[in-house]
Amino acid sequence: MSIPTLLKELQDGKTSSRALTETCLARVEALDSSLHAFLHVDKFAPERASQVDASLPLRALPIAVKDILMVEGMPATCGSKILEGFMPPFTATAVKKLQDAGAIVIGKTNTDEFAMGSSTENSAYGVTHNPWNLDRVPGGSSGGSAAAVAAGMIPAALGTDTGGSIRQPASFCGISGIKPTYGRVSRYGLAAYGSSLDSVGVLARSVADLVPLFEIMSGKDPLDATSVETEYIPPRQIRGTRIGIPAEYFIKGIQAEVARAVQEAIETLKKLGAEIIPINLPHTEYALPVYYILAPAEASANLARYDGIRYTPREDGKTLQEVYRQTRGKRFGEEVKRRIMLGTYALSAGYYDAYYGQAQKVRTLIRQDFDEAFKKVDAIAAPIAPTTAFEIGSHGDDPLAMYLEDIFTLPANLAGIPGLALPVGFDGDKMPIGMQLMGAPFSEALLFGIGNAYQKATDWHEMKPKEK
Amino acid sequence: MSLTIKEVEHIAKLAHLELSAEEKTRYREQLSDILDHIAKLSELDTSGISPMASAVEGASPLRADEARTSLPREKLLQNAPDAEKGQFKVPSVFGEKRK
Repeated sequence: MSIPTLLKELQDGKTSSRALTETCLARVEALDSSLHAFLHVDKFAPERASQVDASLPLRALPIAVKDILMVEGMPATCGSKILEGFMPPFTATAVKKLQDAGAIVIGKTNTDEFAMGSSTENSAYGVTHNPWNLDRVPGGSSGGSAAAVAAGMIPAALGTDTGGSIRQPASFCGISGIKPTYGRVSRYGLAAYGSSLDSVGVLARSVADLVPLFEIMSGKDPLDATSVETEYIPPRQIRGTRIGIPAEYFIKGIQAEVARAVQEAIETLKKLGAEIIPINLPHTEYALPVYYILAPAEASANLARYDGIRYTPREDGKTLQEVYRQTRGKRFGEEVKRRIMLGTYALSAGYYDAYYGQAQKVRTLIRQDFDEAFKKVDAIAAPIAPTTAFEIGSHGDDPLAMYLEDIFTLPANLAGIPGLALPVGFDGDKMPIGMQLMGAPFSEALLFGIGNAYQKATDWHEMKPKEK
Repeated sequence: MSLTIKEVEHIAKLAHLELSAEEKTRYREQLSDILDHIAKLSELDTSGISPMASAVEGASPLRADEARTSLPREKLLQNAPDAEKGQFKVPSVFGEKRK
């Protein structure tokens, strides 16, 4: 059942608030031992649901929240042992707005440690499994949220996207997801990773399901200086919309079935009346090196706060310095330490200009590519990941191979533009394939319009994984 | 680009990370590989290009400098590994006291 239909049923009293939340918890209970999408479930959620004011816009809609956003009353681990047992004293603005509108948070979903990863394999609390094939990853870092939605445990879940962490798991799990424009949704209460790149968004089955949550989450928040108030831009008809296809996103090495499914989706958009225009984004290949300087550099500063002084737990040491080193050395996982090391190096004396300075300049070139493109087209359609979901453990000891999974999602974060993930087919192993629509800053409504038209003409978003 | 173990140790010290010998060896190799890939950026001529500092256009907004209530002290200390008299308690900053 879609979220608009669910909300109608709740309003008409055809579905009770308590019963709906109980159904979600029962699904989690039945499926999560094999999927491990959740790190925390609140068994009192039905009680809270039964007390929600039925006149609110999201009247008792159950949602899940990626465990990197703070929700007061629930532990926040960020997928890390360094925050084991941490209870946040406040709630993230994006979550608070949804709660104030009537949504019920039933639990927290698994994530790569501090959102650093593309598979949830970097979670200190165990990997999440892809509902379409338990041997495959769900993508990441919002892999718990994506798996929970795809498996029908929850109608919608919040995620975050710093380099593709909403779009890629949405793609791997065959659902929809919105990575908003930088600044559109407040990041207050999000454990910061790459502050100039981080964004908070939603994962759900369809575009129609994303919109009601996204609209409530958006807007200026005095607690996040980068958030901006934006005018509501109504969606428009797809007829006559100009959609650009960037040559740089259809490169050698991309799985043939992925390229084919995305091409077919573009054909569908054309049949729906869109004008398809080939374009170039010449600096695409530089997005990966730029990202892997800037994000680790920002992370090395952001994660300095986890030092064993203010947040549980603390490792023993005779001096303050030793407490820092022991707590961080023992409690951070391998990938987080790798990125802190990389970022510290890139910012260290003698290397700053060559790495960080140069990366910030190339970032300008990447943004200019998009600015130029959006003079000619209204939106850009491209693959989300070069392959479908890979096998758990297959990228083992090769961090660079894992980083290459992000090549098509990083540019939108660097440019600060929105990206909408849509399911567009399956490969020969019955694993879902996704496509992203990117737009100019604050053009989410336009992307939703295109995505909605596509989903009215196709049924990929209605496909559900078989249950054992 | 190949980092030395000494450089890895220096970075770890700057980052306040205690690393095992095995981690140092692994990070030396992996970080060298990643830096090789990143070196690709130097092939671009960026003279005359301004660095992109923020994805949001316009100046950072300023707010009135007025005192506001913050979260209560007990709430902020609830996660402290060690606290005393309403303060975070830390080990000795300059090492153990000499006897």
